[in-house]
Amino acid sequence: MTSFAKQQVREWFDGVGRGAILCGEIASSLFRAKVAWRDVLYQMYFIGVKSQSVVAITGAFTGMVLCAQTAFQFHKVKMDTATLAVVSVGMGSELGPVLTGLMVAGRVGAAIAAELGTMRVTEQIDALRTLATHPIDYLVVPRFLATLLVMPLLTAESVCLGILAAYIVAVFLLGINPTYLWYNMLHYTHTNDMLTGMIKTFIFGAIVAVIACDKGLNCPQGAEGVGRATTEAVVYSSITILISNFFLTMLLQRLLP
Amino acid sequence: MMIEVRNLKKRFGSLPVLQGVNFSIEKGEAISIIGVSGGGKSVLLKHLVGLINPDAGEVFIDGQNIAGLSERELLPVRRKFGMLFQGAALFDSMTVEENVAFILNRERKTSPEDIARRVEEVLDLVGLNGIQKQKPAELSGGMRKRVGLARAVIYHPEILLYDEPTTGLDPIASDTIDRLIIRVVQKLQVTSIAVTHDMRSARRIGQRILMLHEGRIYADQKPEDLFKSKDPVIYRFVNGISELKKDDEL
Repeated sequence: MTSFAKQQVREWFDGVGRGAILCGEIASSLFRAKVAWRDVLYQMYFIGVKSQSVVAITGAFTGMVLCAQTAFQFHKVKMDTATLAVVSVGMGSELGPVLTGLMVAGRVGAAIAAELGTMRVTEQIDALRTLATHPIDYLVVPRFLATLLVMPLLTAESVCLGILAAYIVAVFLLGINPTYLWYNMLHYTHTNDMLTGMIKTFIFGAIVAVIACDKGLNCPQGAEGVGRATTEAVVYSSITILISNFFLTMLLQRLLP
Repeated sequence: MMIEVRNLKKRFGSLPVLQGVNFSIEKGEAISIIGVSGGGKSVLLKHLVGLINPDAGEVFIDGQNIAGLSERELLPVRRKFGMLFQGAALFDSMTVEENVAFILNRERKTSPEDIARRVEEVLDLVGLNGIQKQKPAELSGGMRKRVGLARAVIYHPEILLYDEPTTGLDPIASDTIDRLIIRVVQKLQVTSIAVTHDMRSARRIGQRILMLHEGRIYADQKPEDLFKSKDPVIYRFVNGISELKKDDEL
């Protein structure tokens, strides 16, 4: 193995180890310290409300393109009215959570890593510590809880808008019968499909929060360090979401058939 | 003994920074720590408040060894400290008032009226009453440090640490900070430790000066003795001479 590859592997294990320790510290903080719900609420506003437009646009246009492409293919076998069922299951269990996760990783993960990274390089985190405040209690836990709480809401919004946009495309652009379209969607979409998506999005929220906070808290010195931490937070969160999505799909398929 | 450091060692990678530091500080003493830039002064200061864990050695605060304590175990120890950082380290998302009242707001033991009164008191002490609603970005370097000092003293700590309090300030602003530190030490009767390479500052603030050289305490003297010292290392440092020539009179 070349030294570059060795270093990459070591860095990967370092990152996984740090992430695990951070998860342990978050759990310890949740049990031992008072949660500052006002900070959680503020973070929910920043992470949730402020991410709505990007999540809504992503959901709606993904639903539209998925609908159009599915309808084009299904039309060949005269299954046009099953289009919305495919969109609904696809958006609810896969695309909704994954795309929302990626959007939140890009917008929120970057913001968290940059904010905490800047605080670290300007000694604000050290100042917090000298003021007898644990950075995990004050900085990480509110962001972690807020991300966890808003992700299912954002995903639900994205899925609903995706289905609505797909319905509009199918009915008004492609001229598919709305009654059969709606009936088939309800018939083939099961609670477990939506539950799978909600479980995934919850986990993706945790992934984004933990990776972004870890990158911010361990940011190298200087402006370059903050830039690198921000980029790494987005890249690593996105990759982790995509990889874990496959394993979660396989696992949840067995648990929630 | 308020603070006792025994055989403290720290290295960053292959670079040894502290190589066996020993000293002790009595309650109420005002100490200046001097030494070359990059010589480990700030690292030493951060060890005292547990911001950095030593590789070896012990740091006793009020008889308790804090080396190796976890972040959560350190919280009550840190409540004894107030620290002024080199760049003031004010929270830039908060106003001056929120910065200064940070610890009181977090503890939720003081009423909002009392907090406002105490903020006013400490801002008065540093000569900045009236800027409560301003953001740190709107303040000058000297003002930021004074707000940082107000934040450090509002909860009446027993020990005050100053990391390069006058670095980057003009001579008048430096003089203001020096006077302020002296006033705070006298008024609040706290133990004070200032790390600096500003000789004028070190002389005025410290009742005793520790000189850190090559990772060890090289000198531990009263200011008047240190500034008269004929030791070449001390002489060169306090007089700012990069290299001693043959005709330099010691």
